[in-house]
Amino acid sequence: MNSALSPTATRKRKLYEFSGGIHPQEMKSVSNQRAIVTAPMPPKLILPLQQHIGSPGKALVEPGQHVLKGQKIAEAQGRISASLHAPTSGTIKGLQDFPVAHPSGMSDLCIELIPDGKDQWCDLTACEHYEHLSPSEIQAKVREAGIAGMGGAGFPTEVKLHPPHNDKVATLILNAAECEPYITADDRLIRERAHEVVGGMEIMAYVLQPGECVIGIEDNKPEAIAALQDAVKNTRIEVVVIPSKYPSGGEKQLVKILTDKEVPSGKIPADIGVMCQNVGTAAAVYRAVRFGEPLISRITTLTGDCVEQKGNVEVLLGTPVDWLLAQYGYHPDRSRRVIAGGPMMGFTLDSTQVPIVKTSNCILAPSETELPLASHTQACIRCSQCADACPAELLPQQLYWFARAQEYDKAEHHNLFDCIECGICSYVCPSSIPLVQYYRHAKGQIKQQRLGQQKSDQARIRFESRQRRLEQEKEQKAAKRKARAEAAAKAQAKKKASETQAQADTGENT
Amino acid sequence: MALLTLSSPHIKGPQKTANMMRWVIVMALPGLLMQTVFFGWGNLHNVLWCGIVAIVCEAAILKLRKRPVAFYLNDYSALVTAILIGLALPPFAPWWVSLIATAFAIIFAKHLYGGMGYNPFNPAMVGYALVLVSFPVAMTTNWAIPSPLLNQPPGILETLSIIWGQTPLPDGYTGATPLDTYKHEIAHSTAATVLASPIFGSGFSLGWEWVNAGFLLGGLVLLGLKVIPWQTPAGVLAGIAIPAFIFGWNADQYTPIMVHLLSGATMLGAFFIATDPVSSSTTKLGRLVYGTGIGVLTYIIRTHGSYPDAIAFAVLLMNFAAPLIDIYTQPRSYGYVNAKRGAKPKDK
Repeated sequence: MNSALSPTATRKRKLYEFSGGIHPQEMKSVSNQRAIVTAPMPPKLILPLQQHIGSPGKALVEPGQHVLKGQKIAEAQGRISASLHAPTSGTIKGLQDFPVAHPSGMSDLCIELIPDGKDQWCDLTACEHYEHLSPSEIQAKVREAGIAGMGGAGFPTEVKLHPPHNDKVATLILNAAECEPYITADDRLIRERAHEVVGGMEIMAYVLQPGECVIGIEDNKPEAIAALQDAVKNTRIEVVVIPSKYPSGGEKQLVKILTDKEVPSGKIPADIGVMCQNVGTAAAVYRAVRFGEPLISRITTLTGDCVEQKGNVEVLLGTPVDWLLAQYGYHPDRSRRVIAGGPMMGFTLDSTQVPIVKTSNCILAPSETELPLASHTQACIRCSQCADACPAELLPQQLYWFARAQEYDKAEHHNLFDCIECGICSYVCPSSIPLVQYYRHAKGQIKQQRLGQQKSDQARIRFESRQRRLEQEKEQKAAKRKARAEAAAKAQAKKKASETQAQADTGENT
Repeated sequence: MALLTLSSPHIKGPQKTANMMRWVIVMALPGLLMQTVFFGWGNLHNVLWCGIVAIVCEAAILKLRKRPVAFYLNDYSALVTAILIGLALPPFAPWWVSLIATAFAIIFAKHLYGGMGYNPFNPAMVGYALVLVSFPVAMTTNWAIPSPLLNQPPGILETLSIIWGQTPLPDGYTGATPLDTYKHEIAHSTAATVLASPIFGSGFSLGWEWVNAGFLLGGLVLLGLKVIPWQTPAGVLAGIAIPAFIFGWNADQYTPIMVHLLSGATMLGAFFIATDPVSSSTTKLGRLVYGTGIGVLTYIIRTHGSYPDAIAFAVLLMNFAAPLIDIYTQPRSYGYVNAKRGAKPKDK
């Protein structure tokens, strides 16, 4: 490819628009003015075995065992899974359930690590030139490093480094949109470590061999854009500045903006030859390949009125949120909500004792004046502002009525499962109806029903085949009995016949 | 644990139902001003009187339904209903006609269906249609003659005493509207003769054209503020204009297009009445269909029916159709090739 050698930053790319969207107050400047700081070493680290989509890792350590920084402590299980590594050197205290960052406030199996303060690395294999590795070696390194999508969803990255069905990847997209208000982790990462981000993308491009490499970034981050444009010089990567509009960082929306393609319902971008990765993920891939470093820390935005020193911190995975917040002037007395993620799609934490995980891009502790609690819900007046703003082009108010009436078949027919839960409908609703909550509930109910249906189907099949088996056995028995009876009758007849014969014989004899 | 567990999103946009209703009220004022200039104090009185009746009825029925009165009154929806009735009723409509229309709209058309958001029919038009069919004389003969045509237009006190039944309505104060006049006169006359009547003025219909311009202006502002969608008024106006253009090209036979558009309740209907979100269609395409339906029905009833104007009946008829329209005008969602149709998936 010739174009691979020529810089393309000057070429103007045609952009496309997705339907709907909103412009909420960005609130980014409160946290993006300061450089990333490295968080101090916490007294303990809580490391959930599941920090990603897929099956949880399998613990490789025993209580009391000493581990080195970067040593693997849990192994990926199955195709879609991710390994876990010790973020620092120390002693494994135990393996037990702790509350984790999850909307339900549930607990999950975690490894507890007590740091020894030495922060001593295990042996790492660095690699100066990734081109000397084969794509499969790079895939293995990424899997070994336990990298999972750092934009929030946490899908194991190695899986996304395999071209779909061995097809060609037309477009590799690096998602730097960061459209959620308040969050600036990607912004700061790019400003300060653009070469890592671009380096990671080059490695991914080497593996995937895409037709084009595009970084999509919203125009509200001029410093980050400049840093990227500088870093992509002499590469084939194109930095595309897109207009700021929430949710342009949504995977489906970004694909539409950059390629005019839509991800078909129920499919993933890979199915249409597009691969999306997050900038944080790219930087992690770079560090994994270049220095052999596994994923043991991430950049998290700490923001909201209840945190005094707002900004971005590089924090070890497993650091308890309450401890972390305390290092930066947190006011628990004023804070009634702590949100993991942004204000549009983040979820409130049940407890601040949960640890930072691979997907924790932001911890938002707002005051009540900053983000007022929802006011009383009024009746839906069917004004359709939700439909006008919906980026998935659904009819939110219809879905709301169907969800309320539990008419789930109609809700599904109105494409309930294409809802990306971006929160826009609730945001624009003049009657303050928590619409997204209704959809989540309806989706949950439908999934539950399907599961129940599946179970009862299985039970019915089991019962029917048992009936059939019993029936068959009965028939077989009857057939056997009949055969036996026939055989007996035959034997009898034979006997009789021979007896008569004998009698006749004797008669003849006499 | 003192932390709150709440569902996302955690921020709320600035939109409020009450704000939308307030804008509708404010933007109806230019039209009301023009009504007052050209048809006297009657409409202003009716708007105020209907407003009082609506608030009293709303408060009483909310109390009866054990709902928080202030919370619901603050959404201004009752006031919007009242104002629409007040703008639509003839300026000299007796006080009890306004009272019955408004009370019926609030109590029956709105609250007996479940209150705000649950009424299948536009409450203002239900109230208006009820008095229109019940008291045809009071409703169809009381529209005021434009003030410029009167030697001495009635003042506030005289208007009040007529409306409140203290003084009988003098003969010269009311008369047929331009729409009515044209429809009846053209059968045995020519366009030039009909239009020579002073009620058509030098433009299309004296006074009415300014009233319609006032509602058009207010409506355009509402469009700009995104309080109302553009599809509904565009549909209504197209639904009236297209048949009026096709059939009305011969002004000697049918009412011409400009009289249709700038007379009667055309602009009030297109921008303020048809756009009631609760009883209208909710999809973009659906609103276009819904609006066009109202426009076409208005044209048909105006031309071939026995009532001079038709917005109320057209709106009510299309209210019936709105749920069906919604079902068949689903948008194509992201990630689909085609839009789905119908309420449920077709059986295999």
